[in-house]
Amino acid sequence: MKITILDYGAGNVPSVERALQRLGVRSHRTSSPECISKAEALLLPGVGHYAALVRALDEKHLRAALIDAIHRGVPFLGICLGLQVLFNSSEEASELRGLNLLPGTVRALPPSVKLPHMGWNQIEKKRETSLLSGIAPGAYFYFAHSYAALDSNAAAASCSHGAEFAAVIERRNIFAVQFHPEKSGDSGARVLQNFLRLAA
Amino acid sequence: MSLAHRIIPCLDTDGERVVKGVNFVGLRDAGDPVALAVRYNAEGADELVVLDIAASRDRRPTFLETIRRVAAELAIPLTAGGGIRTLEDGRAVVRAGADKVTVNTAAVERPALISELSREFGAQAVVLAIDAKRCGDHWDVMVRGGRESASRDAIEWARAGVAAGAGEILLTSVDRDGTQSGFDVTLTAAISGAVTVPVIASGGAKSPAHFVEIFRDGAADAALAASIFHDEVQSIRTLKEFLASSGVEVRLAC
Repeated sequence: MKITILDYGAGNVPSVERALQRLGVRSHRTSSPECISKAEALLLPGVGHYAALVRALDEKHLRAALIDAIHRGVPFLGICLGLQVLFNSSEEASELRGLNLLPGTVRALPPSVKLPHMGWNQIEKKRETSLLSGIAPGAYFYFAHSYAALDSNAAAASCSHGAEFAAVIERRNIFAVQFHPEKSGDSGARVLQNFLRLAA
Repeated sequence: MSLAHRIIPCLDTDGERVVKGVNFVGLRDAGDPVALAVRYNAEGADELVVLDIAASRDRRPTFLETIRRVAAELAIPLTAGGGIRTLEDGRAVVRAGADKVTVNTAAVERPALISELSREFGAQAVVLAIDAKRCGDHWDVMVRGGRESASRDAIEWARAGVAAGAGEILLTSVDRDGTQSGFDVTLTAAISGAVTVPVIASGGAKSPAHFVEIFRDGAADAALAASIFHDEVQSIRTLKEFLASSGVEVRLAC
């Protein structure tokens, strides 16, 4: 199996590639709708500003191809911004539309805590998710974000920093994590491996 | 369940080799950056910082190659910097594999550099490094490797840097750096209380008690050290076990 990584120009693509390489998996980058339509499994990494991601998806005409592939059941993994873009919209750029595959708005974490939420935090499982299979309770994951899905019913695991938010999402073939598995040591590698097994 | 305090080893390099000096002078060789990165990754470091302290133009390609080689070995975040003067310099280190870029002297001279990097990579990728030195009743911002005063108040600069788009402050006490007499708790608490972003304390670490103190009393979100890790005065694993037993939340590698 080969993983297709959506390269929209501002993501952390090399780190994700290296993480997949360590797991012995082939991946290739694309920014073309044709390649997305042919993909066996899709990965959308993301760092930076929500607007940059959404604008790139539209400028490169990737939005329709991506939504179509996900509707057809192609396994999808979104990382960080790649999770946030699944929702209707985000407070980070409220004039832009997200992919609208999950209901709700991505909101700013409360200013009562230090932001960005940066560093290693633990997550709490809400229900069984194959993405966390083999992960010990209390495992830490690396987060770096200021916005989050605060009240998503799709959350399979949550994390808390000033407010509770979705850390892991699993709905049918849609998988997403707010943390960076490619930067989360052994626990992160395990999450990626779980996705690869699900996608195979 | 809460955010763990981070332990961050720092590799000060001349572009190619890890070096270490006291109070920014008297540099000596401290090893191969890739070998050290591999060791720290395995020992449970939460992040790694790699700096080019020589930051000379002609050695830049060598430093970028060092970042590439280090990044290839890491499954934890990597911050790189030293001599970042333009958006293009920042892009080069990110392309080489860094997750975050640190800026220092050039940002003091041209704060717009912070905004430019923040717009392109997000605030979480921009670390404002501040070298602070006690000067009467306040701390002065020092530039050019801690040698020159910028005649600017460190607290005021930290606030301005965050307003410009920095997502984290890497705060080095020039007075304590290399002395192994402990972190500057007063300075760190002052800066940490003045900004809304995480603060990494640096300079002066030796004993595990110094780390407990900087997290407990200095309100640091992360602590950075170099020579005590390179010289194996302190292993990251035992340091973290000590912190955990002292009631400081840390991520213990299994």
